[in-house]
Amino acid sequence: MGSRSSHAAVIPDGDSIRRETGFSQASLLRLHHRFRALDRNKKGYLSRMDLQQIGALAVNPLGDRIIESFFPDGQRVDFPGFVRVLAHFRPVEDEDTETQDPKKPEPLNSRRNKLHYAFQLYDLDRDGKISRHEMLQVLRLMVGVQVTEEQLENIADRTVQEADEDGDGAVSFVEFTKSLEKMDVEQKMSIRILK
Amino acid sequence: MLRAALSLLALPLAGAAEEPTQKPESPGEPPPGLELFRWQWHEVEAPYLVALWILVASLAKIAPRVQAGLLDFLLFGSLISAVDPVAVLAVFEEVHVNETLFIIVFGESLLNDAVTVVLYKVCNSFVEMGSANVQATDYLKGVASLFVVSLGGAAVGLVFAFLLALTTRFTKRVRIIEPLLVFLLAYAAYLTAEMASLSAILAVTMCGLGCKKYVEANISHKSRTTVKYTMKTLASCAETVIFMLLGISAVDSSKWAWDSGLVLGTLIFILFFRALGVVLQTWVLNQFRLVPLDKIDQVVMSYGGLRGAVAFALVILLDRTKVPAKDYFVATTIVVVFFTVIVQGLTIKPLVKWLKVKRSEHHKPTLNQELHEHTFDHILAAVEDVVGHHGYHYWRDRWEQFDKKYLSQLLMRRSAYRIRDQIWDVYYRLNIRDAISFVDQGGHVLSSTGLTLPSMPSRNSVAETSVTNLLRESGSGACLDLQVIDTVRSGRDREDAVMHHLLCGGLYKPRRRYKASCSRHFISEDAQERQDKEVFQQNMKRRLESFKSTKHNICFTKSKPRPRKTGRRKKDGVANAEATNGKHRGLGFQDTAAVILTVESEEEEEESDSSETEKEDDEGIIFVARATSEVLQEGKVSGSLEVCPSPRIIPPSPTCAEKELPWKSGQGDLAVYVSSETTKIVPVDMQTGWNQSISSLESLASPPCNQAPILTCLPPHPRGTEEPQVPLHLPSDPRSSFAFPPSLAKAGRSRSESSADLPQQQELQPLMGHKDHTHLSPGTATSHWCIQFNRGSRL
Repeated sequence: MGSRSSHAAVIPDGDSIRRETGFSQASLLRLHHRFRALDRNKKGYLSRMDLQQIGALAVNPLGDRIIESFFPDGQRVDFPGFVRVLAHFRPVEDEDTETQDPKKPEPLNSRRNKLHYAFQLYDLDRDGKISRHEMLQVLRLMVGVQVTEEQLENIADRTVQEADEDGDGAVSFVEFTKSLEKMDVEQKMSIRILK
Repeated sequence: MLRAALSLLALPLAGAAEEPTQKPESPGEPPPGLELFRWQWHEVEAPYLVALWILVASLAKIAPRVQAGLLDFLLFGSLISAVDPVAVLAVFEEVHVNETLFIIVFGESLLNDAVTVVLYKVCNSFVEMGSANVQATDYLKGVASLFVVSLGGAAVGLVFAFLLALTTRFTKRVRIIEPLLVFLLAYAAYLTAEMASLSAILAVTMCGLGCKKYVEANISHKSRTTVKYTMKTLASCAETVIFMLLGISAVDSSKWAWDSGLVLGTLIFILFFRALGVVLQTWVLNQFRLVPLDKIDQVVMSYGGLRGAVAFALVILLDRTKVPAKDYFVATTIVVVFFTVIVQGLTIKPLVKWLKVKRSEHHKPTLNQELHEHTFDHILAAVEDVVGHHGYHYWRDRWEQFDKKYLSQLLMRRSAYRIRDQIWDVYYRLNIRDAISFVDQGGHVLSSTGLTLPSMPSRNSVAETSVTNLLRESGSGACLDLQVIDTVRSGRDREDAVMHHLLCGGLYKPRRRYKASCSRHFISEDAQERQDKEVFQQNMKRRLESFKSTKHNICFTKSKPRPRKTGRRKKDGVANAEATNGKHRGLGFQDTAAVILTVESEEEEEESDSSETEKEDDEGIIFVARATSEVLQEGKVSGSLEVCPSPRIIPPSPTCAEKELPWKSGQGDLAVYVSSETTKIVPVDMQTGWNQSISSLESLASPPCNQAPILTCLPPHPRGTEEPQVPLHLPSDPRSSFAFPPSLAKAGRSRSESSADLPQQQELQPLMGHKDHTHLSPGTATSHWCIQFNRGSRL
């Protein structure tokens, strides 16, 4: 609907984005629409404010961190960057894993990359590890106020202890992956409408 | 019959007694070993055959003996196949299916009234005409009448909706007649549709759908409560009466005649054919749906098709002279209704639970997994929101534009834009109180841990939480901790268990996909709202702090553009405040990047066309409104007419977005005051953001705005060129409407005791210089609040 303004040709670098992220043409159009709708002033890029205007994110404990994740460098994100982050949430199809060329880089929506995205949400200082402090911060975000600070610290301690194997007091990406091997990450971090 | 049977039975026994003697036995031959099993057919042959014959004869007795022609059966089929909204609503309320499913089944039951009515009437008239007289044109007319009835009924409903919305716009001074208006006009819609032999249920439905938004915005809070409670009571009564009538008719055997074949056949076929229809149509629909309907949904849809009172009423209305089989039909209908409502209604919940549980895995999650699962859920919810889960709909946008431009102006009270309500005063008061205590605490915005406001729940203020408390509060579907309790052995395990419980009970629940459907019996708040409030407060606090920290880093470099902006602002003056606000719309809300972007967009907007920005405003509003509807759909409880305002206050994004500002402006004003003390920078950009919020609020016509007072603090303050000269000399302007989400916790409670708040209000008046809020005019700058604030601080 409203397809006059959403022709494929309007999307700059549409083809290269599609190759990189694996989205279908329809999904890409949809995301482009959404990008333009979010970008109120037609600046051509999104700023943090634009994303903060999404009301639902304000009542999401991780809303701010998710917004941050869209801005890996600087204050603005353009459409390819926007799509690149969202590509992590593309559902994993079986054909992806079968026809994977070992030489090609892993697709953005592979399990490893999904986990990496989540890992980065925890690891704010980007040192490759989730320290106890960072874990505590995440817990504070996610837990209601009826849990006291002390209890939170205990939980953070235990969580890190559980996952930490090499005893450095922090959870590295490998340990993080290992602790979640039973979880169906592909399903939990996929949005069906993005194909 | 019985004696004959007995005598028949006696025969074989006699026969059997004789048989052994007649059995040919080879004399003198010993039996060939012990036989475990012998085929003794000839022994039982006669009685067996007799019994079989009797059985077959009785079964044949079951076969329908009803004498009815094809048209009669068509008539019966048309009335028995309609799903009943009353029954469906009653049952689905218990089952808590996801929203889509509820909409599908409930919507089907509402809309199929038209189809049922039409089919029934058509078949009835065919029966009356006699099957011989029916011609081809009559079939065509029948199809045409379907459209006429349904569309006509909807049109009648919409006309009355329009009338209702229009009249409620003017009832400001006579609030007491508002509920009366609602009831009477809705009932009038029903009667009018009946009079014109159109679909009455559709008329009432469309009336409600069409007028809800405007009526809710126009009528007072008390009227809303009245309407809602009265409707629930009436609905309950009517439903009870209908089913009582059904029960009484079932007992009164003069009204019906039993036919086993018809009853059994009907029961089997309605189940079978409904399932078939659902599967086929779902298959077709899934080709076009973004989110396909899966097996569970299909099972619920086919199993959840309950017949109810409509079928019964229609069958009673049949004319016995025209339809001689009426009594059989009545009996069958009663049985079908009872069966579907009782058996299907009672078993659907266990069925759904069983189906769902079958799909989920059972394994004891580690702390890590629990935490990360929740994280992922939140992440997913957030990204879905970013993507815009509901997608872009051209027609919906067009409709919303049209609505905003014309309909809302016409049908909604002007002051609804301003969000006039007595609740504001309460919020106002709370704001001040919070602000004062904040200042008392030293007013260091940058300290993240020290900030505790009385209206905000504080982590440290909770002394103890026992495990049982947490358990009671948790109610989380994912909590599998009950197993853990049982098997606690060692100290470490116990610790583990305790932590599991803490986590489980404490973790914020991600946005629920399976939201509770409309409840007919409860109007209640949800834990989701409390959670939303808390999360919102923390998010805003964090954003404000990060904004503050970057402000310090950046503001000095941007001092030059600022005066230019403020100069421009001054130039525009109050009269053009709206336009100015409009220009700054794109600035949005405070942010770490606010400073930079403010400057940049400012430069851009200088050249921008005002009309264009107006359009942008519209688009922005549309976008926001869309997000509103999305957010509104999350985690909402209570019925369609939500009386309890707090559910809507937090999530709606326009007010949310707007709220960011006001809330922050609350803090921001604090910051202003504080900064005057500590020579920090005044957040100019906050105020530009506030300007935008005002204009957006004015043009925003969504009902939630009604509940959430929104702070539009528009200070066209004459500012010095130097930032450090903080003190805010804000012109006193009469307007303010603001929302203070953090105080919603109190607002929710205070709603019910708004009258009690007045005396408190009185005592704060000297402090606040409370002005008369009865008059709002668009575009007049506020900072009324800010002024009060300054005064308060000096006291």
